[in-house]
Amino acid sequence: MAGHLVSRHLATSINWERSTRLVSASVFLLSWQIAASLADNRLLPTVTAVLRAMLQQTISGALPWNLAITLGRVAAAFTLSLLLGSALGIAMGRWRRLDLLLDNAVTVLLNLPALVVIVLIFVWFGMTEIAAIAAVALNKLPTTVVTLREGARTLDPGLAEMAESFRMSRWRTLRHVILPQLAPYIFAAARSGLALIWKIVLVVELLGRSNGVGFQIQIYFQLFDVTMILAYTFAFILVVQVIEWAGLQPLERWATRWRR
Amino acid sequence: MGRPAAAGTLGNAMAQVILRLHVESKSFHTDRGELPVLGRIDIALGGREIVALVGPSGCGKSTLLRIVGGLDTDFQGALDWRGGVMPHIGTVFQEPRLLPWRTVRQNLLLAQRTANPDLAGALLHALDLVPFSDAFPATLSLGMARRVAIARAFAIAPELVLLDEPFVSLDPAMVARGRKLLLNTWRARPTAVLLVTHDRAEAASLADRILLLAERPTRVLQEIIVPQELRRSTEPA
Repeated sequence: MAGHLVSRHLATSINWERSTRLVSASVFLLSWQIAASLADNRLLPTVTAVLRAMLQQTISGALPWNLAITLGRVAAAFTLSLLLGSALGIAMGRWRRLDLLLDNAVTVLLNLPALVVIVLIFVWFGMTEIAAIAAVALNKLPTTVVTLREGARTLDPGLAEMAESFRMSRWRTLRHVILPQLAPYIFAAARSGLALIWKIVLVVELLGRSNGVGFQIQIYFQLFDVTMILAYTFAFILVVQVIEWAGLQPLERWATRWRR
Repeated sequence: MGRPAAAGTLGNAMAQVILRLHVESKSFHTDRGELPVLGRIDIALGGREIVALVGPSGCGKSTLLRIVGGLDTDFQGALDWRGGVMPHIGTVFQEPRLLPWRTVRQNLLLAQRTANPDLAGALLHALDLVPFSDAFPATLSLGMARRVAIARAFAIAPELVLLDEPFVSLDPAMVARGRKLLLNTWRARPTAVLLVTHDRAEAASLADRILLLAERPTRVLQEIIVPQELRRSTEPA
């Protein structure tokens, strides 16, 4: 009975949250539509004009093609920075000497402007696909390291001792004892990483690639075509939001279901 | 150590000594130098014997248990196992130390080197935990979580179980129930048990032998062999 009441309360709360988000998005789009109609200026196109441009670019195939290229770069840079950053962060959180050795480098990378990293990597390694992905990953790496280092410092020594006492293998300990404790930190790094990486990917494409959403935005910037700039931008935002809603959020809920 | 075990009273339990522990000394390294914790201690433990280490809080009982469990190797002395091989040891820590993201049953299965769901199921039954098999530890009371920790220790088919104050901070009814269920489990799967407690009554109700420990640096003050007629007087549940 109590369980039923709790789940009903939870469902009501989720519905309330969803409708609030829907109202917020509707108010934004409506305000934009009204403002653009009143302004009647090509620098502020209406919502419907942007949607029309998105549809036209989708039918022509340009939008899905460039979107796919950019998403590929986001996925590669995201995976690289998350894997390397997590491994390094966990190691630095566990081993004080390694932390002391790399701490300065991490701080420097944290404070280095993304543009500087991108330009230097393009200058040193050429405007290649690998250099582009490495430049993006390197920009995200230090924040992942810092987040996971904090996570590794909060690991429960009691559970580590329990695993040792039961002679659990290193792999079993990592999988069942360490990684679940780090899950909130990994998800925090992943979510902030996704938000940061797609922005940097667009800059990299604008500076040194000949395709992708960033490159298209650069072309339409030169043509002063705000409608197309917004069409590409919103298409990409939509895709990233779908990844967040349909991928990361359910995965996080599943990984932390034991807390409820 | 105190006097040797009396012949006849502990014959079966001591028949096969699985562990001989000799501690010459053990210190903790602190900012203010070495802090001696354990003095000279000798313990021999039979294959089906329950030995209780009784002493005041902070006297080093848990440190002794950590040494036996192989979690602390920084001591002067020797730990000799029967056949020279460290046996399977099931440890019950003072705090249950269950994995909060695994259900009760999964906590038992994860401790096993090779998954043995039948043994896990039998232990959940023996410790009255079947209704909570699929519950996460956060939903359990402390008493239940402690019983899960005991089940987990026995789930690896151990040759030695280390119990570190398994019923501390529980109300008397829960303590009595916990002791009964522990003894039932042990009777079904007899094994060597080293029990740390500060409660002499608990030691007397569970153990074959009681080693009374002195304060730091800890040594054995007295060895008491619990009379046969009083031994494990707790009625089976």
